[in-house]
Amino acid sequence: MAFENKNAEASKAEANDIKTPFKEFVRKFKRQKNAVIALFFILFLAVIAVISYQIVPYGINEYDYSAIMKGPSAAHWFGTDEFGRDLFSRILCGTRISLSVGLLSVTIGAVTGTVLGLLAGYYGGILDSMIMRICDVLLAFPGIILAIAIVAILGSGLYNVIIAVAVFSIPTFARLVRSTTLALKGSVFVQAAHNLGANDARILFRHILPGAIPNIIVQYTMSIGNSILTASSLSFLGLGAQPPTPEWGLLLSNGRNYMMTSWHITLFPGIAIFLTVLAFNLLGDGLRDALDPKLSD
Amino acid sequence: MVMADEILKEETLTADTASGNDAILKVENLKVYYKTHNGMFGKVGYVKAVDDVSFEIKKGEVFGIVGESGCGKSTLGKAICKLIEPTEGRVYFKGEEIAGYSRAQMRNIRKGIQMVFQDPYASLNPRMSIRDIVAEPLMIHDLAKGKEEIDKRVVELVRRVGLDAYHVNRYPHEFSGGQRQRIGIARALAVEPELIIADEPVSALDVSIQSQVLNLMNELKKELNLTYIFVAHDLSVVEHISDRVGVMYLGNFVEIGEKRKLYDNPCHPYTQALLSAVPIPDPRARKERIILEGNIPSALNPPSGCKFHTRCPKCMGICKEKVPKKTILEEGHEVYCHLYG
Repeated sequence: MAFENKNAEASKAEANDIKTPFKEFVRKFKRQKNAVIALFFILFLAVIAVISYQIVPYGINEYDYSAIMKGPSAAHWFGTDEFGRDLFSRILCGTRISLSVGLLSVTIGAVTGTVLGLLAGYYGGILDSMIMRICDVLLAFPGIILAIAIVAILGSGLYNVIIAVAVFSIPTFARLVRSTTLALKGSVFVQAAHNLGANDARILFRHILPGAIPNIIVQYTMSIGNSILTASSLSFLGLGAQPPTPEWGLLLSNGRNYMMTSWHITLFPGIAIFLTVLAFNLLGDGLRDALDPKLSD
Repeated sequence: MVMADEILKEETLTADTASGNDAILKVENLKVYYKTHNGMFGKVGYVKAVDDVSFEIKKGEVFGIVGESGCGKSTLGKAICKLIEPTEGRVYFKGEEIAGYSRAQMRNIRKGIQMVFQDPYASLNPRMSIRDIVAEPLMIHDLAKGKEEIDKRVVELVRRVGLDAYHVNRYPHEFSGGQRQRIGIARALAVEPELIIADEPVSALDVSIQSQVLNLMNELKKELNLTYIFVAHDLSVVEHISDRVGVMYLGNFVEIGEKRKLYDNPCHPYTQALLSAVPIPDPRARKERIILEGNIPSALNPPSGCKFHTRCPKCMGICKEKVPKKTILEEGHEVYCHLYG
């Protein structure tokens, strides 16, 4: 008793310096240099997505027939396309489309998948089998093929692309959350909560979901990169955004015809996609390491 | 009222109902069987973790349950507060039959029965602060309203178990094992229970910390007039805290007695063997150590008759055939053995 009290006295001095799980996470995340850079890049993209239409030097559909397919120059940083539109302006404005498609579709998929995973893992039985078999079916298709199929049914267009990408990200989240739920369901602190008389909602949302959140965040971040790529691919194939929308995949697709003569029309949208997807993946990696309790110090 | 009448009737009908209106908990013929499958068409077997156990506990008493690993002592504790669904049998808490209660019906009972868990590292949610952990039972049972009242109660509880008020903002990983077990006790106390089932509460702790936690539990018992079921495998710990002790072997009690009677005059061969294994802190003391042979048999396929007969040094012919009945040796000391039958 006396010993423990003495210990308590000693730590009273640092009583204000409480190690909340969040503070621990921030401390560990800061050490992941790549991830911090990626985070800043994503924040930078987000700012551009919001203000792009105010800052671009040319309108996205401003044709200039005197400057068709010109290479990069002081007037047109990334050059111009086959109608003389400024590529720099178009790529900047495309940020908003790509980011919102990525965020929206993955958010829909993550929320649905998480709810399904929680229900399947916690209640088990027939509900579990049903949910997981549907997920198996969805996982059996490669993501892009599934997305093409969904777009083929719903018709092409950006909104349908969002739905398609959302659907194929559901099973990953459902599986992930289900496995965490299964692990936590048997833990002693969940048993302790039962013993206190907690109802299912309290156990699911106060004890099990918080334990699954770190995994969900990591998967969420990684999926955004992936879904931006898929959405661009769909647009590239002509199933997503329609011209003259300045979507990155569509820009790439347009430029493909002139690749031999005007390399810049494909290069810059490609770099934009590449950097954005890379940033989300690096951020996801960093988050995973920072949230993993086994990798402490 | 109708319920109470029914219970009374049932009590008078039950043969081995010991008289005692002050019994806070009475367990009758409690069984917990786990089903095991062996492939899709394989045999369905049952692990008889708790096999027909009856006992009762008076208010204010500390009942210690001892036995080696796998004898079903933890399962018994968890079945009483229905963390594990009992297969058969009755559990009366203050005269109310709770073994058949649904989860919703149990909610109210849980204010009366609380549990302290074995592993203080696993029983506290690592993502919740101590305030949230201790406040949870208050919120579930609506025992305190508003943030201020809850905070006040939490600080009270945390102080009562020997921690400081500023600890409430911290997280479990910042505490030692002993401190965490104190938090676990504070959480159990929050609903002001009458009966606390402590499932090996000190076996995960250092010996020096064990005594601190045991002393705390003793103090709390006196202050709050608590009743304990104290599950442990350490005989000296049980001797320290209990009033009565039950010795379990493979899902059954083999001997139940008041502490002094059982420790001074162990009658069942298993109890004798267990007690002979307790070291005496005197290098010159000589004693006969009874060594049991073999391992504890599988609960999936327990021996016939007396389950202890495979390892019993005093095994007789009858032991292999008949399950021993309860023999009352003296007031407050009973044994399940053919030697005394």
